[in-house]
Amino acid sequence: MQLTINGQAQDLGDLDPEMPLLWALRDILGLVGTKYGCGVAQCGACTVWLDDNPVRSCQLTVGALAGRRITTIEGLGQDELHPVQRAWVEHDVAQCGYCQAGQIMSAAALLKRDPSPSMAAIESAMAGNLCRCGTYTRIVAAVQSAAQSLAQIDCYEVGESAQAAGDRGGAAV
Amino acid sequence: MTLGEFSTVNRRDFIRWSGFGLAVTGQGLYMVAMAQPAPEGELNPYIVIHEDGRVLISAPNPDVGQGVNTSLPMIVAEELDADWASVEVIAAPVDPQRYGAQFAGGSLSVRNRWNELRTMGATAREMLLRAAAASWQLPREQLTTEPGQVVHGATGRRASFGELAALAAQQPVPGEGEVTLKDSAEYRLLGNRVVNAAAEDIVRGHSLFGIDVVVPDMVYATYVKCPQPGGTPSSANLDAVKNLPGVLDAFLIKGDAVPPVFDLRNSTHVAGGVAIVATNTWAAFKARRSLQVQWDTAGASRDDSAAIESQAVKAMEQVQGDRELVRTGDPDRAFASAASVLSAQYLTEFISHAQLEPQGCVAHVSGDRAEVWTSSQTPGFAQITLGKLLDLPAGNIRVHQVRGGGGFGRRLSNEYVREAALISQRVGKPVKLQWMREDDMAFDFYRAPTYYRLEGALSDQGELVAWRNHVVSASADGDKANYGAGYRNKDFPDRVLANVHVTQSLVHSVTPTGAWRAPESNVYAFAEQSFLHELALAANRDHREFLMTTLGEDKWYEDGNLGRLHTGRARAVIEAVTRAAGWGRALPENRGLGLGFYFSHAGHVAEVAEVSVDERKGVTVHKVWAAADLGQIVNLSGAENQFQGSVVDGLSALANQRISIREGAVQQRNFDQYDLLRLPQRPDISVTFLSSDFPPSGAGEPALPPLAPAVCNAVFAACGQRIRSLPISRQGFRIV
Ligand code: FES
Ligand code: FES
Repeated sequence: MQLTINGQAQDLGDLDPEMPLLWALRDILGLVGTKYGCGVAQCGACTVWLDDNPVRSCQLTVGALAGRRITTIEGLGQDELHPVQRAWVEHDVAQCGYCQAGQIMSAAALLKRDPSPSMAAIESAMAGNLCRCGTYTRIVAAVQSAAQSLAQIDCYEVGESAQAAGDRGGAAV
Repeated sequence: MTLGEFSTVNRRDFIRWSGFGLAVTGQGLYMVAMAQPAPEGELNPYIVIHEDGRVLISAPNPDVGQGVNTSLPMIVAEELDADWASVEVIAAPVDPQRYGAQFAGGSLSVRNRWNELRTMGATAREMLLRAAAASWQLPREQLTTEPGQVVHGATGRRASFGELAALAAQQPVPGEGEVTLKDSAEYRLLGNRVVNAAAEDIVRGHSLFGIDVVVPDMVYATYVKCPQPGGTPSSANLDAVKNLPGVLDAFLIKGDAVPPVFDLRNSTHVAGGVAIVATNTWAAFKARRSLQVQWDTAGASRDDSAAIESQAVKAMEQVQGDRELVRTGDPDRAFASAASVLSAQYLTEFISHAQLEPQGCVAHVSGDRAEVWTSSQTPGFAQITLGKLLDLPAGNIRVHQVRGGGGFGRRLSNEYVREAALISQRVGKPVKLQWMREDDMAFDFYRAPTYYRLEGALSDQGELVAWRNHVVSASADGDKANYGAGYRNKDFPDRVLANVHVTQSLVHSVTPTGAWRAPESNVYAFAEQSFLHELALAANRDHREFLMTTLGEDKWYEDGNLGRLHTGRARAVIEAVTRAAGWGRALPENRGLGLGFYFSHAGHVAEVAEVSVDERKGVTVHKVWAAADLGQIVNLSGAENQFQGSVVDGLSALANQRISIREGAVQQRNFDQYDLLRLPQRPDISVTFLSSDFPPSGAGEPALPPLAPAVCNAVFAACGQRIRSLPISRQGFRIV
């Protein structure tokens, strides 16, 4: 079974096609940044991108993913942090940090399709990501400041960095 | 045991340990600045300074999101005068001989380690100064430090800590009287905003958490327990399960035929169940669909949460309970002669911790040795109780502390460590045990339901002159209250008022309960502070003024003891928060302000909520102001984050969280049946820390208790409906 993850083709061998992408990432590929929180599409800790859309990897079976492009937190920023990751550090968002990979993947996907989102757009894009530690105030501040810093650079280029690194044969993991 | 006992352990260990270190001066046993990291087996230092200037500081306590991986090393760095940019934080190994009691609980990490860590930093700084004095042939008194450097003011000569490290390591360890600690006015780091030491690893998704641990040759396991705590497996279709793809083994673990209790130091309890071991997590989870188990429920819980509540409500009809806990003054006479008496019943339900990382553990038991990787909040107790269970000396058990995805008290117990160890022992390989979210929700040590009948006596001047509290507590043994269900001595109002009567009755419940962020305080504050609001209104007085007056004269209830109420500090935070919130200002219809104050975990905290309530009982929490006196703030960003989180967490818990139990089994299974607050529901939050010369206290818990009464009092101000039970969804309210 072949999947394209963070720009690289990955051979998963003869994996149970029913295995959710979440567990293939974590247990088979060792990409542990994507987290298990609920397994039932309620918490968002497992959020990755399928093509450019944020999706719950606990709900996607690997059998349905052939030929699709998947980006995980490990592929979002390469050597440099993605502006959303940088904003997350600057605002010292994380407490335990367990939800934050999912939060960042949702936020980065939002900014890719809506570079200057309204508060309502931020709220609806982030409503599916739970944070038990309650870091929502800082998440909103970080999304807004990432939007500002993205406005100053070519966001198309940043958004494509994972793909580009893979195309260059760069280390995507 | 209570979390308070931890502090005794810590203090005793510290004295023994630092005494030991000081006795062996020159070896740097308790305080070493070295050119290279300590080799394996050598006593581990808090501080290692590399020649290239990097300063490694060990964080001794588990971090589950409370930020002690940053705040504790900051304390060392401050006194060392290290340049924070060159500091690397490493998790200390679990070793009580070297690090004393290593735990995360009771908001005690900073409070307990304050003196120890300052001394660590200052001692290393002194050794660096002496090294420079020796190498420059100058009197030590003429030298001082700037971040990362020793400086001779007169000549401007300077050397970096890295250059001096090797020589500093050879200096005798200074004795207790030879080290001076900084005055708070000299702080360069403490009180500032410092980004969490793990922030970059977190945003990059690096392997950090318990669930991320991988060791060579590891297999994966899930553990299916009886839905009724205390049930044990009598048989299961193990052969069928073993034949499933990816499954390596399946077997019964008999377990203990009684529900567990929250006994952190002693409990070796293992719940009976079926272990499924597989080549990956998913294969193990999937195999559960085919598993059929027959349970023996002779010793299992038959609790019914609705029945427990109706018995408790019946018990609350009595003004006084079956036994007396506190009697001060002459409450009976005070009530008999009062101008008016107010009475109300408050109650809360079972709730779950729902930390975002479900429990799990990696364990490897082989022969007479065991090694575990765990996000436990009490790794020291993991070692002790695992030793008892496996009948191994503690020295044969190695515990690695790994970052936890949320704690809130859930990781104080170590049953997941014991389960992983038993499974590993049986299969003879390292095992990663992973609980499903459904396991996590079904097998918690829940926040206990609580029931308080409160009575207040008012004089004809509208003063509060007497107080009664009839506490109805869930109890498994018919004698003691279950954890979190009882009553703890309180300074306010119990010691402030002249006439107080506290009594208790028990109702039977064996559902396991434990510490849930600010245990007891988080529920009692709701009752107490809401009822004080009711009393203020009954007395026709402003709530703020009533609270300020009732607090009485400025007084510290025990001089020097941070754990006791200081009414001057209390009044100052109420003053600050009401000023910030514009207390008393005119508000539109259906909008209200509510106030709550609570003292817990050595923190004086007051909060004001501004809410509006629509005609469908939708509550919008517009803003919450918090003001606190936590003494010296260590990391402003971290402390503020804990406060913001406590506000969200408090709202989350009061909105619609409840665990219901039928025939012993928990009914809620996952987040679709157990609501956590979501981002669009968050309020604006403003946090003020009063500057204070008191030593620091922890920030993880004390902001939680005042939140529920502030919000519920605001709801009353907005719509005139009093909320006396949580969650507020019981009365049809919801947070929008
Ligand atoms: S683990 Fe996928 S949404 Fe929670
Ligand atoms: S930071 Fe802990 S769950 Fe979000």
